[in-house]
Amino acid sequence: MDPSTLKQLNSQRSARRAVVLVTDLDEGRSHVIQETSPVEGPLGDAVATAFRTGRSATVQIDGRALFLNAHLPPPRLVMIGAVHISQALASMARLAGFDVEIIDPRTAFATQERFQGVPLHAQWPQDVLAVRPFDPFTAVAALTHDPKIDDFPLQAALEAGCFYVGALGSRKTHASRMERFVASGVSRADIERIHAPIGLDIGASSPAEIAVATLAQVIHALRTRGSSRVEKSDVA
Amino acid sequence: MIDTERRDGLSDPLTIAQTWMEQGRDVAIATVVETWGSAPRPSGSHLVIDARGNFEGSVSGGCVEGAVIAEATSVIETGEARMLEFGVSDETAWQVGLSCGGRIRIYVERLG
Repeated sequence: MDPSTLKQLNSQRSARRAVVLVTDLDEGRSHVIQETSPVEGPLGDAVATAFRTGRSATVQIDGRALFLNAHLPPPRLVMIGAVHISQALASMARLAGFDVEIIDPRTAFATQERFQGVPLHAQWPQDVLAVRPFDPFTAVAALTHDPKIDDFPLQAALEAGCFYVGALGSRKTHASRMERFVASGVSRADIERIHAPIGLDIGASSPAEIAVATLAQVIHALRTRGSSRVEKSDVA
Repeated sequence: MIDTERRDGLSDPLTIAQTWMEQGRDVAIATVVETWGSAPRPSGSHLVIDARGNFEGSVSGGCVEGAVIAEATSVIETGEARMLEFGVSDETAWQVGLSCGGRIRIYVERLG
């Protein structure tokens, strides 16, 4: 591999951008393809599949053996709200391999004591996102019930194409949320992407159970990412 | 792969390969390019090796790493990439084969 190819690959990976490294196994040459620059023809189809599934594979194209190595960023779960559910969800999501972060401007909630070892931003989401914006490999779970805190990051998550957007709250709460979002110009299609009430319908009741239901829904969204087959996993 | 295993840059083979390269060390990158059956590591997994036999990462969870490291040393010397195949059908299976019954192909190339 060319040293410049490795440097390019690593810099894209550390910037959380999805890339596929294509290596010609006969000639040994390789190059990096970004998700934002689509490729034409049969190679394009294979590359698109690699981006969608995250699976690396050897493919035969025009008589050549090409290895497509998909590098998708580690998924990140950002919780809006340093609440009881977030305590359980942060632990579980880390076990499942997610980078976890919590944002809550209410300093009484966002204490390191309650969230040991979890990156915690005791700031308004607007301020955190200005520095650390969401991306397509981020899942956002809005858990405060408070529109003043939840609404901005939910809309930002839809705009950024986050692979999962979920919001805690009853159907009634969500209905008024939808009205507010329509009034502020969010498209119907985008609003439909919000999982609300949050989590798979497993009859969850305790904070830990709601965390399980939510994490399962997040994983489902991650593993079916970009697939038209399943858009929403809500059973309810 | 969707990288849910890499928890920090310290243990990421490709980051380590770049660091070694920048330190002036000769490096080979081994990559799982095909798997059949119950292969222990998925396609795309890396093992990086330097000329002294230092290595990071894994291509089989320990079954064939020793053989890959030996091959990598000559890949570094000659600059010629090699395709290695391991499986239970391999005649040296009892030595360096995959006890899980899977089969893997590993591409070993020199960096630079």
